[in-house]
Amino acid sequence: MSTVHELDCLGQRCPLPVIALAKRLPQVAVGDIVRVLADDPAAALDIPAWCRMRGQEFLGSPLADGYDVRRIS
Amino acid sequence: MSDLPRDAAYFDAATASPLHPAAREALVAALADGWADPSRLYSQARRARQLLDAARAAAADVVGVRPQELTFTASGTEAAHLAVLGGLAGRRRSGRVFVHSAIEHSAILHAGEDHVAAGGAAVSVPVDRLGRVDERAWRAAVAADGVALAALLSASHEVGTLQPIERAAEACAASGVPLLVDAAVTAGRLPVPAGWSMLIASARKWGGPPGVGLLAVRAGVRFDPPSTAHWAQPERAAGHGPGAPDLPAIVAAAASLRAVSQEAEQEARRQSRLVERIREQVAATVPDVEVVGDPVERAPHLVTFSCLYVDGEALLHALDRRGFAVSSGSSCTSSTLRPSHVLEAMGALSHGNIRVSLHRAATEEQVERFLRELPGIVAELREQAGVTGL
Repeated sequence: MSTVHELDCLGQRCPLPVIALAKRLPQVAVGDIVRVLADDPAAALDIPAWCRMRGQEFLGSPLADGYDVRRIS
Repeated sequence: MSDLPRDAAYFDAATASPLHPAAREALVAALADGWADPSRLYSQARRARQLLDAARAAAADVVGVRPQELTFTASGTEAAHLAVLGGLAGRRRSGRVFVHSAIEHSAILHAGEDHVAAGGAAVSVPVDRLGRVDERAWRAAVAADGVALAALLSASHEVGTLQPIERAAEACAASGVPLLVDAAVTAGRLPVPAGWSMLIASARKWGGPPGVGLLAVRAGVRFDPPSTAHWAQPERAAGHGPGAPDLPAIVAAAASLRAVSQEAEQEARRQSRLVERIREQVAATVPDVEVVGDPVERAPHLVTFSCLYVDGEALLHALDRRGFAVSSGSSCTSSTLRPSHVLEAMGALSHGNIRVSLHRAATEEQVERFLRELPGIVAELREQAGVTGL
């Protein structure tokens, strides 16, 4: 079971949630999940796009304004 | 104009192109000669009517329709609203479903929302990662029961990807569904595609003045414009929208459409080479950038890219300070604070987004200066934001 690390970016405008994710992900173990809480509508687009560009795994949006990303490398 | 930097480069032709010299000339002449109301019966009015008829014939010739099939509206937006609502109402007995791609211009989508609010239905057909409509989904959508109208733009106004209009039209024809093509991006730049029932465009995007749209409805297509438009039959017959037409602007729009069409092949080649150069150089010299849209099957003059970790509004202002006018699909630059629905439909990165669109007066020197300065501008913004090395 991988650990889920919550990253609160509520109230932040894009690209700030993506920047916070890029800073946080290298600090968690490979296989762990960072759950980004972000209510900027652009986050729904930019977090999966960041994962694609960076080769990390986007797991989806398990809750409103929440996006799960698994560290792959 | 005095606060513009020397050699300011205007790269937002997809919003509005600078006035073509032929438009300027025709505008000045028509201001002197075409101010009267073309619907009146005295000689000044007859002169105005002659100018309107000539403009209509010239534009119809470029679009490939008969003059009676072409109308000048007060904007591209008005043309879109009339086409969508008039096309749907004209076929209300056949059905109430409006099929459109997910990346239509907001003017088309807003008219579709009105249709849904009035009890109709709409089906949005997805696009792929390059921004091209999913043809299998399109065929299924237009073949379904109750489809009154389908709309597909000739090329994406945000990313430039050309759409398979002729195959989409064949699918529509097989089901007896009229196809509305929004040709705003390609009118006057590329040949008009075949197979459509209705077509719209906007003069300011081809080098005509703002305030003129174009609506072509082929004879035999059921078209019943909304009564709220209060569009009188004599106005329709004369080829202009509701109310008194801006005749000098219409004359200028038609003159510039004819002029740009004559030089279109050469200009498309030149601009397409510059766009190719931008696509290659931006990808090679700006780290962490996503150049979006189809690299080959695209409008000749338009390229869009997104820079990771960069605020789109900050980038737009930084470019403006260096004398580059561009537009952006990032949410921070939109009035709704939502990312562009086009980038959303493509799943493209939406922040740090810039659209560059060229026109006949945009030079290779301006493009080269842009390519020289852009990497430093992006790097500086990233440094300021503390995101270097992420």
